Amino acid sequence: MLARAAAKVFQTLVVLIIVSIASFSLLKLAPGDPVVIMLGTEYSQESYDELRAQLGLDRPVAVQYLRWLGDFVTGDWGNSYVAKTDIFSFVVQEALPVTLTLTACAILLAIAVGVPLGVISAVRKDSGWDVGIAALALTGTAFPSFFLGIVLIWFFAVKVGFFPVMGFVPPWEDFWSGMLHLVLPAATLSTFFIGMIVRVTRAAMVEVLAQPYITAAIARGEPRRRVIWVHGFRNILMPLVTVIGLQLGAILQGAVLTETVFSLPGLGQMLTGAVLGREYVLVQAGVMLTATLFILVNLAVDLSYPFLDPRLRAR
Amino acid sequence: MMDAAPPAVVPTRRPRTRRSLFLRRPFFTLALIVALGFVLCAAFAPLIAPYNPTLQSIEAMMVPPGGEHVLGTDSYGQDILSRIIYGARYALVIAFFAILIGATGGLVLGTAAGLTTGKVEWVLMRLIDSILALPSLILAIAVIAILGQGVDKVVIAVGISMIGPFSRTVRADVLQVSSQLFVEAAGLMSISRLTVIRRHILPNIAFPLAVQITVRVSEAILVSSSLSFLGIGVTPPTPDWGLMIAEGRGFVSFAPWMSGMPGMALALLLIALAIVGDGIREEFDPKMRGGQ
Repeated sequence: MLARAAAKVFQTLVVLIIVSIASFSLLKLAPGDPVVIMLGTEYSQESYDELRAQLGLDRPVAVQYLRWLGDFVTGDWGNSYVAKTDIFSFVVQEALPVTLTLTACAILLAIAVGVPLGVISAVRKDSGWDVGIAALALTGTAFPSFFLGIVLIWFFAVKVGFFPVMGFVPPWEDFWSGMLHLVLPAATLSTFFIGMIVRVTRAAMVEVLAQPYITAAIARGEPRRRVIWVHGFRNILMPLVTVIGLQLGAILQGAVLTETVFSLPGLGQMLTGAVLGREYVLVQAGVMLTATLFILVNLAVDLSYPFLDPRLRAR
Repeated sequence: MMDAAPPAVVPTRRPRTRRSLFLRRPFFTLALIVALGFVLCAAFAPLIAPYNPTLQSIEAMMVPPGGEHVLGTDSYGQDILSRIIYGARYALVIAFFAILIGATGGLVLGTAAGLTTGKVEWVLMRLIDSILALPSLILAIAVIAILGQGVDKVVIAVGISMIGPFSRTVRADVLQVSSQLFVEAAGLMSISRLTVIRRHILPNIAFPLAVQITVRVSEAILVSSSLSFLGIGVTPPTPDWGLMIAEGRGFVSFAPWMSGMPGMALALLLIALAIVGDGIREEFDPKMRGGQ
């Protein structure tokens, strides 16, 4: 088991290095000379050479990469050309908390809604409930989230006037106001994920319910609820955790759109703003961060399997 | 010898006795008709659209749906129905070429990863893992950051973002075909590796790849319209649904049709494609058929 975990960690490290090389190349491939961008329109050859040397751009590419990687790992992500602020503190203190709060709320909401619906579908397989839930799940997965967000704003905020339309209030400063601001974005972001979870839960549960140990539990006269939620549920955890890990990327990309719809100042807004303002360092930071989050969560998912399924511990 | 022929006919007759796919799956049929409707709109846009999609008019700004402009007009006085019809053209053309790039890239990378072994396979797999580590929209945003905006740039960005998912499925298919007895037999008959790939492996992954392509059309449309919605995809005044939804976002309180109409068109097409994709997968995907 340890050897397997070590192999997995090594694979993850290699993937991280490939991603970092790609992110580094993004800056190299980006049009425009960063020195010129930083100096503006009027500069002398001396000041150009000086800044170029100062940025280390006169060194070999491999050296530049290693230096960049070292800076990145130690939290020196450079300054935003336009805002002249430190990117690392901006991302970590302002953008990332917004995105992570939104993502966490959406995931929790999706689990809270999706798992029971999936279980109901599986238990009442081929009933009207099953068909109805399947149709809902399909619509939820296919519906474009950014349009759903606008529909929710139109209905709940404009027509009914129940929820605040836009903006972000940190829940750690004002919990209820923060949550109220997060209801519509989290609902928007979780819709497609609810559909995914329903489908995975249903498929896994249908398979589990056909197992002999379920029949045995029913034969022993255990209550139905206990059979489903204890014997059954324990055994669908692995596919469930896997799909949550694998879909994290889709949630992060949904968060980019949701943040734009609801004007939340998170990573998504930062990325779009960076592309429009041609701030490649910021794009690079966003790309690296998203990929690293995804890779690490999936490593965690992989390493959690032996805890979820005792049969894997022996190996 | 000729008497042995009749039994061979039996398996070919069996599908005929099954009810037609379209009768067995009414929702699939309906969704297919809707999707084909969009294709027709895209193909014959100039004939169907009542107005020029980029014709601006000061007299007809933000006219509500009904009357002369069936689905209303936007803040520039452009006819929304015409823009939606032309938008279908952009959505489908972008998706088509993006998928062409994604499927080609995925075919090359996936086949390479599926056919190699040992260290080379390990490296190729880590490469695919790295591409998949970025969600398709984020990868597309990164490509757009380098290339800039425009229809052709969106095609490339969306296409590149689809290489990862395609290579993963192609690799799985290649592995499955390679483990079949006829491939092993061909190897034992010392038929050259390249011939085996060309004559046995590629033809057998062509069909699952075709299924994947139809299933992924909706993904390509979603990512390209998302880029436009974020304001970094195609540029105005191109009649693109994502762009139209974004433009209407600010007017949602008093002109909700501006976002609503293109949004409904996009949602309708995506849901129809999802139903069609599900149907095709369930009917034709050998992996899913085997599971039943």
